[in-house]
This record gives sequence, structure tokens and C-alpha cells, in this order.
Amino acid sequence: MDQVKVIEIKKSIFEDNDRDADRLRSELKQSGVYLLNLMSAPGSGKTTTLIQTINLLKDKIRIAVMEADIDSDVDAVKIKSATGIPSIQLHTGGMCHLDAEMTRQGLSGIDLKQADLVILENVGNLVCPAEFDTGAVRNAMILSVPEGHDKPLKYPLMFSVCDVVIINKIDVMPYFDFDLEKCKEYIHMRNPKATIIPVCAKTGEGIDTLANWLLQEVRDFQR
Amino acid sequence: MHELGIVFYIIRDVKKVAEENAVKRVATVVMNIGEVSTIVPEYLTDCWRWAADKEEILKGSELKIEPITALTHCDNCSKDYPTLAYGKTCPHCGSPNTWLLQGNEVEIKQIEVKT
Repeated sequence: MDQVKVIEIKKSIFEDNDRDADRLRSELKQSGVYLLNLMSAPGSGKTTTLIQTINLLKDKIRIAVMEADIDSDVDAVKIKSATGIPSIQLHTGGMCHLDAEMTRQGLSGIDLKQADLVILENVGNLVCPAEFDTGAVRNAMILSVPEGHDKPLKYPLMFSVCDVVIINKIDVMPYFDFDLEKCKEYIHMRNPKATIIPVCAKTGEGIDTLANWLLQEVRDFQR
Repeated sequence: MHELGIVFYIIRDVKKVAEENAVKRVATVVMNIGEVSTIVPEYLTDCWRWAADKEEILKGSELKIEPITALTHCDNCSKDYPTLAYGKTCPHCGSPNTWLLQGNEVEIKQIEVKT
């Protein structure tokens, strides 16, 4: 007869991924490649912000982009044609986020000897990507003005894991009753150390600040 | 669907343990889910039903959820309080200098198996 027994596991389901992410981070440190994990809700202007930022930086450092989406390659094509830098598309096959293993697979499609900075544009989502460490050196997110200044209260984990929060579409602030000071206060409630950079990807306002922050980060990392 | 992704991670871990222990069939998987882990228990069990039934070793298995109350500790007055009711601000002294003690768990506690 079959025996019934209980096997104790007591293990977080994030444990394997966290370990894998740490391993990837130290490999990247050795090869001097700075990986930025960029997250946001769909439609916040991730791709446009990236294009503007890359165009300011591409003569100073070597950049590559990994676009993660459930389907299509519109973003990878757009980045490549607007900036001329290497850009690859990753498909998550229905998954709502990338984990360290998927990130590693993506990186294998990039010539890391030719890159100082790799930007991973994560799946548009404010929940799951925050839970899965990709192995990136820093986490960044874009919050766009139409989403509202109260989002840090609604998605606490996302804002607490991000080192930098980019507030995009600041040109339309008056139309959305967006309170920038309130927003900063809410972000700092979740993460007192977060760097906040307001930008408008469309007009280019603030993009130089973002580009300078990123350039300094990469140079400090490679030192 | 956020919970479906989580279910795939549970399945991967459970299958690994089952293989290591020469398990024929998994009857029950018991999860510890924290109150502020962002997991909706009903969605998790729904997704489990759909995904587990596609795995021979997990067919018909039950996903049991044991919730873990979220507690926050205040560094200012050294007291603990329920996170769901008060969030990040200590109800005893009003300090924001607090951190989550427990309640963020997404943990496989144990499995009940037939060998």
C-alpha cells in the first residue's frame, strides 16, 4: 500500500531566484557591465524616455537594450531605429515579469565585451517585476503624471525596491491635478533613499539630469 | 495574472523535492502566505487547480493556504503592531521609523505525499 508522509520544506519561492540574481550581479561586476532594470506601468513612456536618454549618452558609453514584452518586437525595433544601438527583444511567453534566469538568457544575446551599460526594459506592470530580482545593479521605475501622484501608496513594494523614480510627462501636470511635492513625499515614505528625477520625454526637459545620473552611476561602478 | 506566475515557481520547487524523495504522487501542498505579500489566496488556489492538473505528479492535489498575520516593529518605542490596520506609522508613538517583522512570506511550508 502507498505510504502517506509529510515532507517539510519551509522555503520561500523567491529563494532560488534571489540566489541566482546575486550570482548574476557578481558576474556582471567582474565584466564591468552595469545592468539597469527599468520598470513601470504600461504606457508610462519607458521607450521614449530611453530613446532620449540613450541619444545623450551613446557617444560617452557603450549601451545595449533588452526589451521584455509578452509579445511583439515594436519596442526593440523602435529603439534600434531611433538610436542605432544594439537592441534585442525578449518574450516572456505570457509571464508578467522577468526573473534572473530569463535576464541571463537575454544577456547571452548581447556582446557584453562591447557594453558598459545594459538597460533591461521590464514588462509593463507595477506588481510582479518588483518581486523578482533580475540581478540588476539598480532598479529604476517610471511613474507618469496621468497615473496620479498616489501610486506610491497603492504599489508600496515597487516603490520600495527602486533606487530611482523617474516622473515622466511633467508637461501635462496641470491637466491631471498631479501634486509633485505630494508624490515625492509618498515615494520617500516607501523609500527614504530614492532618487527622484522629474522629466518630460517628449520635450526633453530633465532628460539631461537623468542621463548625468546614469553616466555617473556607470562610471562609479566601473571604477 | 500575477498569481499564475507564482504558481509556476511553486510547482517547480515542489517537483524538485518530489523527485529527490522518490514521491509517486503529491496530495497536498501547504503554503504560508503573508497578509501583505500581495498574493490573493483565492486566485492562487484557482491558478493552482489549472496548472497543477497539467502535471502528472500533482494531478488533483490540493493547495492549502495558512495565512501569516502581518506585524510591524517600531524602532522608536520597541512595540509591535498589526500592519494591515496601521501601515507604516506606529499607532503607539506615531513614529514612521518602523519595519515589517512578518507578513511578506510566500513560502512552501510542507507537502503531503504518497511514496
